Amino acid sequence: MTAILERRPPGGTADRPPRGTLRSRLRPRRGALPYLLLVPALVLELLVHLIPMVVGVVMSFKQLTQFFIRDWGSAPWTGLGNYRVAVDFHAAIGSALLHSFWVTCAFTVLSVGLSWLLGTAAAVLTQDPFRGRGLLRGVFLVPYALPVYAAVITWAFMFQQDNGLVNHVLHDQLHLTSGRPFWLIGPHSFVALLTVSVWRNWPFAFLCLTAGLQNIPRELYEAAAMDGAGIWQRVRRITLPSLRPVNQVLVLVLFLWTFNDFNTPYVLFGGSAPPAADLVSIHIYQSSFVNWNFGSGSAMSVLLLLFLLLVTAGYLVATRGRDTDG
Amino acid sequence: MPILKASRTLSATAAVLALAATATACGGGNTTGGGDDSSPKTLTYWASNQGANIGVDQKVLGPELAKFTKQTGIKVKLEVIPWSDLLNRILAATSSGQGPDVLNIGNTWSASLQATGALLPFNASNFAAVGGKDKFTASALAATGAAGKDPAAVPLYSLSYALYYNKKLFQQAGISAPPTTWDQLVADGKKLTGDGHYGLAEEGSSLAENAHHAFVLGEQHGADFFDSSGKPQFTTPQAVAAVKQYIDFMAADHIVAPGDAEYSANQSVTDFATGKAAMLLWQAAGSSLKAHGMDASAYGVAPVPFQTANPTGTAKTDSMVAGINMAVFANTHNRSGALKFVNFMTSVPEQQILNSAYGSVPPVTAAQSDAAFSAPEQQTLRQVLANSAAPMPQVPNESQFETLVGTAMKDLFADAAAGKPVTDATVKAELAKAQQQMPQS
Repeated sequence: MTAILERRPPGGTADRPPRGTLRSRLRPRRGALPYLLLVPALVLELLVHLIPMVVGVVMSFKQLTQFFIRDWGSAPWTGLGNYRVAVDFHAAIGSALLHSFWVTCAFTVLSVGLSWLLGTAAAVLTQDPFRGRGLLRGVFLVPYALPVYAAVITWAFMFQQDNGLVNHVLHDQLHLTSGRPFWLIGPHSFVALLTVSVWRNWPFAFLCLTAGLQNIPRELYEAAAMDGAGIWQRVRRITLPSLRPVNQVLVLVLFLWTFNDFNTPYVLFGGSAPPAADLVSIHIYQSSFVNWNFGSGSAMSVLLLLFLLLVTAGYLVATRGRDTDG
Repeated sequence: MPILKASRTLSATAAVLALAATATACGGGNTTGGGDDSSPKTLTYWASNQGANIGVDQKVLGPELAKFTKQTGIKVKLEVIPWSDLLNRILAATSSGQGPDVLNIGNTWSASLQATGALLPFNASNFAAVGGKDKFTASALAATGAAGKDPAAVPLYSLSYALYYNKKLFQQAGISAPPTTWDQLVADGKKLTGDGHYGLAEEGSSLAENAHHAFVLGEQHGADFFDSSGKPQFTTPQAVAAVKQYIDFMAADHIVAPGDAEYSANQSVTDFATGKAAMLLWQAAGSSLKAHGMDASAYGVAPVPFQTANPTGTAKTDSMVAGINMAVFANTHNRSGALKFVNFMTSVPEQQILNSAYGSVPPVTAAQSDAAFSAPEQQTLRQVLANSAAPMPQVPNESQFETLVGTAMKDLFADAAAGKPVTDATVKAELAKAQQQMPQS
């Protein structure tokens, strides 16, 4: 839309019929209207997002424990006390937070990477029409359409050590493991969490990329085919570069969702996640709700917010640089 | 290119929205307290989930609430809240000031919730309004708040741990009587283990169950998890020995199935009911066992074992004082109605109806004479409560103790299940980690 406006010849407005100027006299001044229309959205944005965020930041400077939650105002200020505890990596709370942070980083990189890879592969493979394509695309989207709780609790049942489906297939039928591994406790819980996360997220990547593929003109592929380009070359030279704008948004959104994912580990492991799968969101929940220290939990949330802001800003700057080059 | 511009705007918007969701906190807070009588005709009651499911609770409580409405003209809005949500709901109600008028709490939370000031203290006049302090048993009153303060709640249902054993499996293994010491329990457990069957079932991923057993075994070993000033001390040799003993039933004695390490949804009760495990340490399991199709004649109920045959002092502790307390929310708008309701629920006829429906023991002395509480299971629970149960530490940080020590034990169970060694050193390290995360106050 911006492009159309920019290309309009400078004298465009002068050619308008007089009817338009007459109507514009009855309306409020042109300049004010867009802002007036934005007011409800702004107020809601303030109420729903900004004010709670500010309250969260204020809380992080207070010693908000069970003794004060009934009357927040009376909680003593601790300055940077909560932050100092959170980043003191030699003490238990800080080192647990750092451990949780690294777990989350590894989890996010793997989950986003695998979701993106699966989504791209499926989108490219279902690009050309074939019998049953619609049905297949529909089936692919099922994990995304299911309610989180129902989907994840089903996985929790499947991952049970003694009578879960996963061990039944891996151990009883395929004899891949010597014993029945634990999936919901101990070190394997990371794999279990990653599996569920990828399963839930890749259909979103698939959906976005399928939509993105519709915008690539067929002629490009035909011309490339005439020039003798194979399927790999067509994917590398045409598909992926054309999808770059979609990928830019997709990877960022997937990253933020995955890094902040609370529902999946909470439903999969219950209130306390095993150390190997202790994502930072659930770790913060534990620190505040379970340990009843909301100031400390808020401080950790603010640190998380700062980290994500930094990564996001860096990401946008880096990818914008590439856009202008290309 | 226009697509690029649009996508940049879109990605920036998406980023801002997703980030904003990160730091969103819940708002609220208030300064009023004490409650008033501005809406005398209605009450909201948060009941805990005592029956096999929430539907059962609604069926049990519904007719009783109707009786109360008939007597007083006060309508009671009932909400049965699952245990997994109850504490969070209470915390949210506390911080917002918007909550029920009357609510059930786990009695171990009494001191923690008392510290928030969210619950109406039962001072002399409030006690008088619910029929006096003396109508309750002393052991149940011991778990209603910190010593030296007005109780934050009154007892509603009393429970204790007991050892449930499968009579048929015991007979087949040639065991004539239930074990009374842990050495006997381990020896019996080994006889009962084999062919996919196990001697004992444990709920390894349930933080509360783990913490309760740590406390009882701790009492037997002479461990205090809190010193006299309320400071945590989780790493004493006695505390380590207590926790290790509970984990060792799986790790060293192998009388517990490794799969129990991930149990947190009462699967151990199911395993006992189906005969997969021959023994179970549980509170008033009778009604759940019945729901799983196990007849009361199929199992015996005995007190939880001790370390030695004739223990004395704190070593003679075989259960925590378990149970449900009833509290009035300090911000209630119907204080006198709320107290009337507490009085009604703790009256002798209601105590008999409700406790017999849930298989618990009435904490109201006069209600205990009913025949319903003379069944073998209830008799054992009553004896334990009267003679050998100790209240969990009544300190403000009790709920954090349950969570942190429970989590430490859950992680130790995970090690044990995976065949990793569980030693004094690993137990001590986990407990030290838990202690360091305890609030400094």
